[in-house]
Amino acid sequence: MTDSNAAVSMRNITKNFGKGGYANDHVSLDIYKGEILSLLGENGSGKTTLMNMLSGIYYPDSGEIYIGSKQVSINSPKDAYDLGIGMVHQHFKLVDVLSAAENIVLGLSGKLDMKNARETIQKICDRYGFDVDLDKKIYNMSVSEKQTVEIVKVLYRGADILILDEPTAVLTPQETKKLFEVMRNMKDDGKALVIITHKLDEVMEISDRVAILRRGEFIGTLITKNTDPQEMTDMMVGHRVELNIERPEPLDPKPRLKISGLNITNEEGLQKIRDVDLSINSGEILGIAGISGCGQKELLEAIAGLQKVDSGSIIYIDDDGTEKELVGMDPVKIKNLGVSLSFVPEDRLGMGLVGNMDLSDNMMLRSFREGSGVFTDRKEPHKRAEKIVKQLHVDTPGIETPVRRLSGGNIQKILVGRELYQRPKVLMTAYVVRGLDINSSYTIYDLIVFQKLAGTAVIFVGEDLDVLLQISDRVAVLCDGHINGVLDGRKATKSEVGLLMTSLKEGTRDGE
Amino acid sequence: MENKQRTPLFHLAKREELSKGRKLVIRLISIVAALLLCAVITALATGINPLQVYGSIISGAFGSARKTWITLQDLSILLLISVALTPAFTMRFWNIGGEGQVLMGGLATAACMILLENKVPSVLIMLISFVAAVAAGALWGLIPAVCKALWNTNETLMTLMMNYIATQLVSFFIIIWEVPKGSGKIGIINQNTHDGWLVQLFGSKYMLAITVSILVTVFMYVYLNYSKHGYEIRVVGQSINTAKYVGINTGKVIIRTMLLSGALCGLAGLLLVGSINHTITTTIAGGQGFTAVMVSWMAKFNPFTMVPCALLIVFMERGAGEIATNFSLNPSFADIMTGIILFFIIGCEFFINYRIKIKK
Repeated sequence: MTDSNAAVSMRNITKNFGKGGYANDHVSLDIYKGEILSLLGENGSGKTTLMNMLSGIYYPDSGEIYIGSKQVSINSPKDAYDLGIGMVHQHFKLVDVLSAAENIVLGLSGKLDMKNARETIQKICDRYGFDVDLDKKIYNMSVSEKQTVEIVKVLYRGADILILDEPTAVLTPQETKKLFEVMRNMKDDGKALVIITHKLDEVMEISDRVAILRRGEFIGTLITKNTDPQEMTDMMVGHRVELNIERPEPLDPKPRLKISGLNITNEEGLQKIRDVDLSINSGEILGIAGISGCGQKELLEAIAGLQKVDSGSIIYIDDDGTEKELVGMDPVKIKNLGVSLSFVPEDRLGMGLVGNMDLSDNMMLRSFREGSGVFTDRKEPHKRAEKIVKQLHVDTPGIETPVRRLSGGNIQKILVGRELYQRPKVLMTAYVVRGLDINSSYTIYDLIVFQKLAGTAVIFVGEDLDVLLQISDRVAVLCDGHINGVLDGRKATKSEVGLLMTSLKEGTRDGE
Repeated sequence: MENKQRTPLFHLAKREELSKGRKLVIRLISIVAALLLCAVITALATGINPLQVYGSIISGAFGSARKTWITLQDLSILLLISVALTPAFTMRFWNIGGEGQVLMGGLATAACMILLENKVPSVLIMLISFVAAVAAGALWGLIPAVCKALWNTNETLMTLMMNYIATQLVSFFIIIWEVPKGSGKIGIINQNTHDGWLVQLFGSKYMLAITVSILVTVFMYVYLNYSKHGYEIRVVGQSINTAKYVGINTGKVIIRTMLLSGALCGLAGLLLVGSINHTITTTIAGGQGFTAVMVSWMAKFNPFTMVPCALLIVFMERGAGEIATNFSLNPSFADIMTGIILFFIIGCEFFINYRIKIKK
C-alpha cells in the first residue's frame, strides 16, 4: 500500500478546521529522496496545512504517515526533526538579537559547544553553497539572508526531508536564482525537497515533479518536463484560465497627477523618497518596480494623504484643467476637494479592511460619512456588498461573514471591489495579487485593465516583473527612494528593469 | 525512532460555527455543572445541605419586596458602570478607571449638595449636581485619553492610577466636610432639608437609578451599533491603521469616547450619592468599577447581554450576606461560589469553539 522507495508517504490525510469544507480531504502523497517536488495549488487548497502536519505543527484528524515503510505519529516539530523532517516557514522564526550561528543551535538539547557547532555549520554551508555570515545578527540581515539561516538551521538538525513554504515570495530574481542553486545541490546530495509555490515558471524551472491540490483534494502528480504552465493551471483551477493580460493602448491620455521634487522621511528618520519627479496620465497604467521597501509604500501613502511630506508637491489635474495640491491634505480633505482617489494598500487586513467586521461593515469604511444624520446608512453598503459579491464571484458564506474568515483572494476581491466602486480618477494598488492564486490574480488584472479603459490613472506597484511588463504602459523603477528611470512598458525587458532596480543597491540600502 | 507509535490521547479540533440554540445548551450545562460542583464543595467544606444554602442565596436576593428592590437597584448601578466602560473597551482602550470616575462624580455631587444647601432651590442643586458629576467623571476620563492621543501613553496604567488620586481626593474632602467634627466621615448630607436629594420616580426611591440605567443601556446599544460615532469607535478599536486610511481622526475619537465613558461613570456617582446613599465615603463605588470590567467582557461588549451578567454577580453578592447570617458562614464563601460559576461560564466558551477528539 505504500511505495517503499518513498522517503515519506502520506495516506488519506484529512484535516478539518471547521470553516465548512475540509482543509485536506483524504490526501495521499509520496515524497522521494533526490527529488524536488512542487506542491502547487490555489490559496486555501491546503498546501501549507498538509505540510504543517508533516512538520508537527498540526495533527491530522485521520490518515497515516509513513517514513520508509514504518508508520509514524508526528505530534510536535521535535518529533518531525527526530524523523528528519524540517520545514522553513513563510514567516521566519528567528530571534532578532541573536547571531546566525546562535539561532541555528538554539533550542537543541545537550551541552552547547559553540566551536564544534560552528564547524559543523560551516561544513553544511560549504557543502551546499550557502553564503552566510555566522556572526551577523538577524536584525542586520536582509530577507534572503534570514531565509538562508532558516534553511541551514533545518539542515543542522539533520533534516533529510526539507519543506520550503513559498520561499521565493520575498526574494529578488537574483536571490531566487541563488536559492535554486543550493536547492539543486541539496537534491544531488540525496535530500528530498518540497517547495510550496504558485509561481508556475518557478515550478517549471526547479522541480522534478508537481503535486496539485485543489480545495483540499489531491488532484494528481505530473512529471515537470512533460507538462506546461497551461496544463498545471487548468488542473489547479479546475477549468481553463487564459494566461494573458490585455494591454490596450491608452485612450486619450491627459496628465492627471504631477509629482515634483518629492522628499519623504519616515518615522524612524530614514529618507524613503528622494527628489521624485513623476507624472501619471489618465487612461494609463504606470507600473512601479523596485525591491520591496524602496519607498513604494511611502510614495503611495503620500499621494493618499497618509504620509507626511518633507518637501515637493503632488498636483492633481482635473478634467477641466484645474490643478489641486494634495500635499498637506488628509484623506477626508482630499475627498472634499472632489478628488476621487482609490487605494488598495499592501496590508489588506491591517489597513484596507477590518478583519473582524463583515462585508457590509467593510463597505461602510468608505461610505459611513454619507448622509447628514447621526446614524449610519446600513442598507446602501449592504447592497454594495451584495453587488460586489455577485460581480466578482466572491466565495463567501454570506454578507454577514467577518472578512478575515475568507480566503486571501476573496478578501482582495472585496477590497478591490470596494475601491473601484467609487469610480476613481486615480487608482493606486500595492502588490495587489500578492499571495493570490492564478484565478484570482487574473480576475484582478482584468478589473484593473477595465478601470484603465474607463479613463482612470492607475499606479500599479508590483513585484512580479513579468506581470509588470505585461500590464504597464510605462514602468517607473524605484531604487532606494529615487526614480532610476521610466521605461516604455511595451519595449522594456526584464533585465533592463532588474538592472535599474539594483544599480544603486550596494552600500546605499539602509536596512530592511 | 523508538517513539513512533506514540499517538496522543486526545487532540483538539476546531468546531464548525454552532447554532444559537446549541450554544445556549452548552452554556446552561456549564451553569448546572458549576452549581453541582458548588454543592459538592459546600457539603464537604461546611457540612450544610447545599440546597439550603442555595435557598438562602435566593431569599437573600429576592426574599422580600424590599430585598428585590435593593437587588434591582444594585444591578442598575453595576449595569450602568459596565455600560459606561463599554465604548472605551469597544475601542480597545482599557479603561479600568471606572472606580475613580464614579468617585469623582460622587464627590462633585456631594460638594454641590453641601455647598449649596439653603442657598439655591433644591431643584437647581439637582441640576447643578448633575452637570458637575458628569463633568467630573468626564474629566477623569479625559486626562488619560488626551495623554494617549498625544503621546500614546499606556491607558491601563494611567486610568488605574487616576483611581488612587480620586480616592485620595475624596478622603481629603471628607476631612474638610466631616460631620460631626472629628468623626472622620460625612453623615447623611442635608438630612433635614433634603436639599439636592434627587427626585423619586414613580413614587419609589429605587426607580430613578433603575430608569436611568435602562435608558443608558438602550442608548449605548444604539450608539455603538447604529451611529457614525459608534462605527468610528469600532474601526479605531479594530485597526488604527485602517482608521487612518479612511481618514478617521483617531485622537479625536479616543478623546470623545473617553469623555462619554467618564461622563456616564460620573452619572453613576451622581446616583450613588444623590439618590441612594446621600453621603460619600471612599468606598462608595465598592469596587464596582472593576467588577464592571468583568461584566463588560463577559457580555462581549453587548449592553443588553450585560443585564444577565450583572444580575448574576449582584445576585451572588446579595446572597452572600444572607448565607453569612443564616449559617454563620464567612461571606467569602459566596465569593468562592461566584468564582466557580464564572470559571465555568467563561470556560465553556472553549467547548463552543473546540471539540475534543479522543483516540481509541
